[in-house]
Amino acid sequence: MLSIVRRKVFDGSFTAAALGQSLQRIRPAIAAARSYSSAIKEMTVRDALNSALDEEMSADPKVFLMGEEVGEYQGAYKISKGLLEKYGPERVLDTPITEAGFTGIGVGAAYYGLRPVVEFMTFNFSMQAIDHIINSAAKSNYMSAGQISVPIVFRGPNGAAAGVGAQHSHCYAAWYAACPGLKVLAPYSSEDARGLLKAAIRDPDPVVFLENELLYGESFPVSAEALDSSFCLPIGKAKIEKEGKDVTITAFSKMVGLALKAAEILAKEGISAEIINLRSIRPLDRATINASVRKTNRLVTVEEGFPQHGVGAEICTSVIEESFGYLDAPVERIAGADVPMPYAANLERSAVPQIEDIVRAAKRACYRAVPMAATA
Amino acid sequence: MATAFWSVNVIQHPRCERPSIASRKPSSAFLGSTLKLRFNPPSRSNFGFSETLRKSSPISAISDVFEEKKQKSASSSSSLLITKEEGLEVYEDMVLGRCFEDMCAQMYYRGKMFGFVHLYNGQEAVSTGFIKLLKKEDCVVSTYRDHVHALSKGVPAREVMSELFGKTTGCCRGQGGSMHMFSKEHNVLGGFAFIGEGIPVATGAAFTSKYRKEALNEADCDHVTLAFFGDGTCNNGQFYECLNMAALWKLPIVFVVENNLWAIGMSHLRSTSDPEIWKKGPAFGMPGVHVDGMDVLKVREVAKEAIGRARRGEGPTLVECETYRFRGHSLADPDELRDPAEKAHYAARDPITALKKYMIENNLAKEGEFKAIDKKIDEIVEDSVEFADESPQPSRSQLLENVFADPKGFGIGPDGRYRCEDPKFTEGTAHV
Repeated sequence: MLSIVRRKVFDGSFTAAALGQSLQRIRPAIAAARSYSSAIKEMTVRDALNSALDEEMSADPKVFLMGEEVGEYQGAYKISKGLLEKYGPERVLDTPITEAGFTGIGVGAAYYGLRPVVEFMTFNFSMQAIDHIINSAAKSNYMSAGQISVPIVFRGPNGAAAGVGAQHSHCYAAWYAACPGLKVLAPYSSEDARGLLKAAIRDPDPVVFLENELLYGESFPVSAEALDSSFCLPIGKAKIEKEGKDVTITAFSKMVGLALKAAEILAKEGISAEIINLRSIRPLDRATINASVRKTNRLVTVEEGFPQHGVGAEICTSVIEESFGYLDAPVERIAGADVPMPYAANLERSAVPQIEDIVRAAKRACYRAVPMAATA
Repeated sequence: MATAFWSVNVIQHPRCERPSIASRKPSSAFLGSTLKLRFNPPSRSNFGFSETLRKSSPISAISDVFEEKKQKSASSSSSLLITKEEGLEVYEDMVLGRCFEDMCAQMYYRGKMFGFVHLYNGQEAVSTGFIKLLKKEDCVVSTYRDHVHALSKGVPAREVMSELFGKTTGCCRGQGGSMHMFSKEHNVLGGFAFIGEGIPVATGAAFTSKYRKEALNEADCDHVTLAFFGDGTCNNGQFYECLNMAALWKLPIVFVVENNLWAIGMSHLRSTSDPEIWKKGPAFGMPGVHVDGMDVLKVREVAKEAIGRARRGEGPTLVECETYRFRGHSLADPDELRDPAEKAHYAARDPITALKKYMIENNLAKEGEFKAIDKKIDEIVEDSVEFADESPQPSRSQLLENVFADPKGFGIGPDGRYRCEDPKFTEGTAHV
């Protein structure tokens, strides 16, 4: 039975509800099954998010989901699959296409005691609602001197997808992370997705939860602890995905995957890279980043968004402020190209950081000879 | 009366009047009985066309109902719209609003108040007429012109004045200011600077009422939300988005438009293709009512019906109150664009003097009682100024407080550890 479940998980189209039931059936068997199977449980990010939503909605009746196509369509990216059948239309709301309106409604409901999860089909559409995210949600606890807290989660895919053009590929990490009063999270693996979404839903403050469309279908191994319904990850703590001693590479969301692959290539060349998965853009885990830089003395920041005033710029400044004496090389900043995302496939590829870019930057930071022009 | 509002759906203003409204100067538009609304029996089809209506007799507004009652013998109190106690309560609330705002102007010019201050003089009938009918658990969401809404809802004058002075004893500890009055205790959910911003928030609060009733099974939850906003806001997209969703989901909300004809210096008629805001309600499937906002008794009658509708679960209502602000948009506004004749016209319809006149004429109260109330309010307002003056300014450490809800911010619990690592934090999760 375990092998059947595993096959279906890889399939990606497996319904989360059924997956949940299967998990229940196999959970007691996991310990026994482990002795039979050699691989650890794998889960796609999509299923991780679905299970997190499911568990939090089941645990707290005040949690509800609203957004476009989250109900009958089972979610524009199938993240909310099965939730309408399970919780009914009062708790899984299909909204009209009115971001400003329904985001404000979510904020108002949060003011008055509920815990909404507002889904944006992509974060690009959040710009229509950004007044509510910043002015009504982020600033309210401060403006009301602690009387009105806003336990709301804004979630959705962020950043570039594949060939969707300029208006659908913007990365909002730096935008939201610049605003006090918000918490901004960017998960990478399934475990990140589950733990951080559960933490976000339980958090009494507004959280912007930046997912990535291209990661939804990717499978990651998950530990048994991560599958427990009370699992959650701390907000504000980065994870060191891979320890190293020569150069620190920080990344978040999809770029973590690229950084890990770059680390493998660098390892063959004798450079041991430490990969930090930021997980939380605001608050930024400056302690972990600085401790790592003090160890390796070199830093490469990787992000998918635009370079000016980006996440890398903030990390660079934080390191200069706190660990200037420890730096042996200028900080290398890898970001998306400073242009609106082009449509043509080859141009799009060169507008987004690739593994080769990260490798080259790490080598530059380590003073290795590196060809000047891009070879891709 | 309970079903009267449904008939308002069918109202379409006869086409021949539209061009004349556009060319009329502000001083002559919307004067009392331009629009006559009659409460047709509900058996009439709800979506009649204008031709059918023009044939029927003129529709008379609630104002006419009021006129009829006034002309009847005033000796029987059952025909009056208000009892003595209610009347005095309403009078007191309006005088508090007026006196407080006048004091704000004085304090501003003396430098005790600063920034943007928007005063509500002249519009008291709308705030009092609606808010005095609410329970404590009902919500009010307002705009930057929110001092009087907060006062009517029950926030003490001392706290509002301190907040305006920027002192730590203010309702928001001095962190909000004039435009951001919040009170959890009295369910005043702000105070928003951006016009249209409060409307979705109010719709969300109404949604919470409905959610509590249906999803959380608190069967007796019938909290109503009032959203106050102006004529300028009615051209904003968020307004329409919320009219749609409130009607779609039958939310217990009343959208109260305080149409004072001016958005800073932009006349309502210059900025709106169809200036009759109440008509926008039926377009979304909710009743749209126009009422004379300078007459607190008329506003109260309409408010009773609209709030009752919402409480019974019949859905939202759009109420357009024709009112006027006696002062400029804010204390920094020189107010040069408005016609003095228009100002004089509305000054003659001051809601406070109108109520006083009505009550005296109908032998509900004597001059002396009003004077006593005036004196009492004067004392309250002066006391609030003294209190605010003497209150301390916020300490520097308050600067970084209240950014986040958890005590130390950033997901850290009171014990200094990350909340998510605390086993108690995850209590209550069910096994899926």
